[in-house]
Amino acid sequence: MDVRSQISMVFHLDKCIGCHTCSVACKNIWTDRKGAEYMWWNNVETKPGTGYPGKWEDQDIYKGGWEEDGKGSIRLKGAGKPKSLTNIFHNPHMPTIDDYYEPFTYKYLDLIEAEAGDIQPTARPVSMITGEPMDIQMGPNWDDDLSGTPDHARKDPNLEGLSEAEQEAMFQLERMAFFYLPRICNHCLNAACVASCPSGAIYKRGEDGVVLINQDVCRGWRMCVTACPYKKSYYNWNTGKSEKCILCFPRLESGHAPACMHSCVGRIRYLGVILYDADKIEAAASAPESELVERQLDMLLDPFDPKVIAAAKANGVADSTIESAQKSPTYKFVKEWDLALPLHPEFRTLPMLFYVPPLLPVMASVTDAIDDERRQKIHEIGKKWSDDWIYDTSIEELFGTIDDARFPLEYLANLFSAGDVEAVKSRLQKLMAIRLHRRRETVGDIDEAAVDKALKNVGLTGRRANAIYYLTSLAKFDDRFVIPPAHREQAIEMLDGDVGAVKGETGFGFKRGTNKRGA
Amino acid sequence: MNLFDTFSLVLFPYIAVAVFVIGLAYRYRKRGFTVTSLSSQFLEGKSLFWAVVPFHIGILVVLLGHLAAFLLPDVILAWNAAPLRLMILEGMALIFGLATLVGLAGLMYRRFTNERVRAVTTTMDVMLEFVLLAQVVLGVWIAVGYRWGSSWFASDLTPYLWSLVTFSPEVSAAAAMPIVVKLHILGAFLLLFLVPFTRLAHVFVAPLHYIVRPYQQVIWNWDRRKIRDPRSGTSVR
Ligand code: SF4
Ligand code: SF4
Repeated sequence: MDVRSQISMVFHLDKCIGCHTCSVACKNIWTDRKGAEYMWWNNVETKPGTGYPGKWEDQDIYKGGWEEDGKGSIRLKGAGKPKSLTNIFHNPHMPTIDDYYEPFTYKYLDLIEAEAGDIQPTARPVSMITGEPMDIQMGPNWDDDLSGTPDHARKDPNLEGLSEAEQEAMFQLERMAFFYLPRICNHCLNAACVASCPSGAIYKRGEDGVVLINQDVCRGWRMCVTACPYKKSYYNWNTGKSEKCILCFPRLESGHAPACMHSCVGRIRYLGVILYDADKIEAAASAPESELVERQLDMLLDPFDPKVIAAAKANGVADSTIESAQKSPTYKFVKEWDLALPLHPEFRTLPMLFYVPPLLPVMASVTDAIDDERRQKIHEIGKKWSDDWIYDTSIEELFGTIDDARFPLEYLANLFSAGDVEAVKSRLQKLMAIRLHRRRETVGDIDEAAVDKALKNVGLTGRRANAIYYLTSLAKFDDRFVIPPAHREQAIEMLDGDVGAVKGETGFGFKRGTNKRGA
Repeated sequence: MNLFDTFSLVLFPYIAVAVFVIGLAYRYRKRGFTVTSLSSQFLEGKSLFWAVVPFHIGILVVLLGHLAAFLLPDVILAWNAAPLRLMILEGMALIFGLATLVGLAGLMYRRFTNERVRAVTTTMDVMLEFVLLAQVVLGVWIAVGYRWGSSWFASDLTPYLWSLVTFSPEVSAAAAMPIVVKLHILGAFLLLFLVPFTRLAHVFVAPLHYIVRPYQQVIWNWDRRKIRDPRSGTSVR
């Protein structure tokens, strides 16, 4: 048992309001530099949708992640030793700026400085690369809130495997539903970016599992851009170096939550330590597709188990880190409560950012229950509500609406469990049971026995349901973010000097400007 | 031996090598951030393929050929003893030289016509491309106009180069060469001279170590076997 600690994240999708505050917080700190304008280390996508860069999930196009090699192991799909070295001059699967969008600004000064005339001055958009006027074709959230559905939502790669009829039903105007998917680097355990870097510039930090690119060692071979299936490693076209989410490590080291998490309006984000067994990485990443989620969750260790604690200590994990693991909200969501799932486990990078799948867009509504059979399932109380009441939490057959979802479960399964509908369903049922339980506690209009049965069905007690409810809805800052002390006193201090002074002209970890290209 | 010969065949080579070694070492150690391929594929990826691949493959093969003549002159001469083999070698050299030339021309065309690529072009990039172009044109010119270079390089220029290496410059053979060849020699040392100041530095960080490295890399800030050892004096609690 090789016990290591990982700072992991959980995003509770039912709570995300799609405000993009997280993206802006991140951009203001890290990517408001020349060459990085187009990068959104944190971005929020509407699902269904094609996302950013367009269709990033379609690995037939981008060749990201790992694939089975037919010999019981795995290999990188579009990079790796033979491919990275032969494609080094020209990387055929690398996305270009147009797959993301050409960064633009407006000539605001024209509004003030234009000469007096009969025509109102306008602020024309100009490219932030060439400085020339341009037509804006694309933006980082171009398909926000299902805009441009025929071009975007309908081309979502996750629709694969859904029948024609199911797809049609999803896009009927009256039934349309969507949810938001905020994404950052997953700080994977079997990171494809690390494996693909010919220079060896990318590494995982042993103490907390943050995946970083050493900017002094990166040589701009661009293989990580291809290899990361989540497209979370970005090429800075100005400096000729790749950059990625650093999980705000300077903030973590000083006990602050990453900026995206700190600023999250919906409070959907949780961060905490998870201990895992690094000996199991290879086997878990090479497991058959249907077992991927299970095997990954299997690697995560119980921080209260004395054997785990002893092994962690022997491995140099700090006591303070073990303590943090015991208080970790992410461990609870992911392992103890079995509520969260990794995004696209089939990419086999063992991502350490987990998502609580969204229940709201799945649930049927009163208005949605167009046929009699569906109406039958709705509880008396539901029927009393007016027709524009959207979400019904009071169905007769408690889990009826989940099976009958207006948002096909296959779709969610394609996102979060490599197509395993049961894995998604069991989590949604738990969420539903907790809702029913809380409704009984607060409103008291549902049948006690039915609720007890619902809880029992999903293996929850009232107490645990309350705990989940607390962490979901009421949790304070310190409950949501349990950040282990970084013990930087044990390492070389990286951030001495006035980092603020060079903000906007330097990358991270530098004390001098890095704005200049090349020599 | 006139002044030009002394400068281009003796003085400048020493200056160039000194600048190359010291400059590259300094840049690598102190300004590692600037050592990159500065790839522009991200801004324009389609036409790049047709230029960058022939250029790189061409120039690598040609460079290796020059290196072989420098390090193993006897092997080259022995190979060239049979006319057919000589023809094959020279033919290959010319083909790869032409590939380099075509690729480079394509790269320059792209750099000057594509707006985005122009936006990331520096003066040094332009200068380097023209020096390279001159050097490649000279090389192809020699290959066509002064036949069997592989043989006369190995027999005449290799001793000259080695005389530079051993600090006992013996330039008579090189000085007797036609001006095109002398310019090609000068160009070669000029390119070496430019390495620390241009993107050429990326050649010397070619990631060959990738082949032997394990895929995953984990770096500890502290020694995880010792950090909790009570005798070590430091410990994380
Ligand atoms: S999400 Fe991508 S960039 Fe982040 S660790 Fe995983 S493979 Fe690397
Ligand atoms: S700040 Fe929070 S609620 Fe807003 S989009 Fe980001 S993750 Fe969602």
